[in-house]
This record gives sequence, C-alpha cells and structure tokens, in this order.
Amino acid sequence: MQSIGDALQLALHLVLSGDADLVEIVLLSVQVSITASVVALTIGLPIGALVAVARFRGRSAVLVVMNALMGLPPVVVGLLVYLHLSRSGPLGFLGLLYTPTAMIIAQTILITPIVAALSRQLIEDLHAEYAPLFRSLCLTRLQTMRALLWDARYSLITVGLAGFGRAVAEVGAVIIVGGNIDHLTRVMTTAIALETSKGELALALALGMILLVLALLVNGAVQAVRLGAQRQAYV
Amino acid sequence: MRDVGLCFGQVTVLRGLNLALPARGCTMIMGANGAGKSKLLQLIHGLVAPSTGTVFWGDTPAVQATRRQAMVFQKPVLLRRSVAANIEFVLDARGQPREQCQYWLDHVGLAHKARQPARLLSGGEAQRLALARALATRPEVLFLDEPTASLDPASVLAIEAIVRQAKDAGTRVIFVSHDIGQARRMADEVVFLASGEIVEHTPAGQFFNQPRSTAARHYLDGKIIA
Repeated sequence: MQSIGDALQLALHLVLSGDADLVEIVLLSVQVSITASVVALTIGLPIGALVAVARFRGRSAVLVVMNALMGLPPVVVGLLVYLHLSRSGPLGFLGLLYTPTAMIIAQTILITPIVAALSRQLIEDLHAEYAPLFRSLCLTRLQTMRALLWDARYSLITVGLAGFGRAVAEVGAVIIVGGNIDHLTRVMTTAIALETSKGELALALALGMILLVLALLVNGAVQAVRLGAQRQAYV
Repeated sequence: MRDVGLCFGQVTVLRGLNLALPARGCTMIMGANGAGKSKLLQLIHGLVAPSTGTVFWGDTPAVQATRRQAMVFQKPVLLRRSVAANIEFVLDARGQPREQCQYWLDHVGLAHKARQPARLLSGGEAQRLALARALATRPEVLFLDEPTASLDPASVLAIEAIVRQAKDAGTRVIFVSHDIGQARRMADEVVFLASGEIVEHTPAGQFFNQPRSTAARHYLDGKIIA
C-alpha cells in the first residue's frame, strides 16, 4: 500500500507522461460511453418526443414508469444483460459477453430512460408554448415531433451530455458484463475499483483525476451550450 | 354557425350563437374582457369544438377548414429559429417552395433581419413576422386575435397596412380587437359580444354611429359593462 503522497506523485507522473495503459483505458471508456450515449439518444429522443405530444389512455402510467426507470440500479441492469448474453442465455450465441459491445448495451439500457424522461419534460414544455400555432397549421404528429426536437436541440444537447456523464461514471453494470479484462474491457471506473482493491493507488488516482476532469469538461460544455443558446434566445 | 354554445365543465363561455359571415371583407369581433371573443375566434377557426351546435365554412365543418386558414395570436408564437426559418417552416409544412420566403420578408419589412434569431425581435417586428408566416400559407381566412395589443402606434399602423393589403387581395379577415380606433379603421362589420352572447352584428358604420344594444353603447362610451 502506497502513502497518499507517493500515490499522488506517481499518479501525476502517469497522467503527464501519457502512460500507454492509462491512455488505453481512458480511450476505451470514452469510446464506450459516447457510443452508448449516441444509441441512447437515438432511441430515447423519439420516445420522449412521442410521449410529450401524444395523449392516450394510460399515459400517466407510462410517465410513472419512464421516471422510475431513470433510477434503474446499475448492478441489476448488469445482471440482466449478463443473463441474456451468457452462453446459456437467449443471446448467448452472439458471443458478446465480456466485450465492449456488452458494456455499450448495459450503458445504453441505463441511460436511455434518462434521455427519454428528461427530453419528454423539455419537449412537453415547449409543446405547450407551440401548441396553438401547430393546431392552427394542422401539423401531423410527425411534423410536430420533428419541429419540437429541432427547436429543443440546445436543451437536448445538455440531455445527451448528462447521459454521457452518467455513462462514463458507471461501474456496477460494466464490471458485470465487461469483466474488467485488461486491454479488452477495462474502463476507468472498473480499473479504479480493481486498483484500489489491490492497494495500487497511483493508477486509481490518476484515473480518478481524469474522470473528474472529464466531469468538469462535460459540465463546462453543458454550460457553454446553454449560454450560447440563451444569447440567441434559442432556449 | 348555428345554435353554438361552448362550456368548460359548469362554466358557460358562449351560448346560443347564430352567425352568418359574408364571404369577403373584415369582421371585427368586439366586446369587453371575458365576453368570449377569443373563444369565438377559436371556434370559427376550428381550434375548439363547440359543446352544442355546429360551425361550418360553406359546406365544410370548421374543423376541416382549419388547414385553409391561418391565425395570428396576441402573443406571437415564434419558433426558436431565425426569422427566415420561421417562414420557411410553414412553407415546408404547406409544401410550398422556400424561395417564397424572401417575398414575405420583403412584404413585412423584415428582409434585413432574415438571419437574426426570431425571438430577439421587438414586439412589433415579432408580430409582423407572425403575420408574414400566417400569410405565407396563403389562407382563405385570416384570424387575428388582438395582434396589436401592447404595440406602439407605428407598429399598429404597420400591422394594419399588411392586413389591409391581404384583405384587398381577397383574404377574408376576422379580427378581435379592443381598440375602437382600429375597429373604425379596419372593420366592414362588427360582431359585438357581451356575456358570451352576440348582442349585435351590424355594418361597422351603423355600429359606431347608432349601436342598437345598450351594452354596445356603454362599451363605445367607455362605461363598465356589468
């Protein structure tokens, strides 16, 4: 076990020297989380927009479920994805368990409800403002959804970034379906957990620093997007 | 419009309305606050279904005629896009070429602001954009729900000039306004509402010079209508 001072010094050295293992882990984390975020946005935004503009029986129940799914426990998602992808599971023939694809699937399942629920609220608020005009123009539901998604684009970018932030910081699900295999499925959060358990604090701290910087960058990007859009009265 | 009533729960907003409008010209709907003017406009435009009675445009139910009409609201609903993109949006929705956008921008004097965010326009400019967007759909009927409320006199006159041009070009105009001066300038006929009922439907000249109802006389004299 290293002292905190030694570990910090070593961690800084790893970060500043661009250690190959560290870079590999960071790049895989970012790649998995960006892919999961893009897939989640592709699925979640149309769902959010549809629920925002549609009025149907049972809509309140759908809203309750959508909001409840935002709090999906990652380990439960990991377990369910594991059961489906394991050799004896229904999707076992795909051979995806312990691959980055499995991690993308788990992260997508975790953040899609977040994207859908947050975008639903944003789009519904915007729809309340636009509804008289759209009714007067006799727009179809599809035209309405497209217009709302476009006009809410800046707010929805922040939803996407929030999803990415959630994905990149996730550990429970990806460690179950990814297996934390060195040079294959080891990402920042799983590496931090492993290195800490081994008492190898330097790499864990280095990754922790990068994770924090990433979180700051994501939040900075959210803020920049919002400010830019506000200046043009687009939010 | 025959025997039309509009209720929300136990509250009756409009009752026993019978109204036949001529095919051309400008009808001004007037009345005190809460008389039901805006709701009447929405009924005629087909945005609200009547609780009782029927609303037709010729042989077409109002709700099926909405697509051939356009409405400008008191508070303009502007999309979070540029000025030009607001007009292009309705041109796309109506399947009309985007090239027409420039004509409408010129028509309302906003060509120099085409690329500006629409929501940064002044009140008068915003309403001119809303009017251009409505006219870009080439409506047979143009509904205006107090479009000049809270605008400065120059902006009011600019809006009126655009509406007058549309009317002269054959667009039927149905206008809700509180502004008696504006009604005198614009109206061919007046529908006067009080407490959810039509109490007067007369040519504009007669309405302003010899109103038949006590409610209309009080309204024109600036007295409070109970």
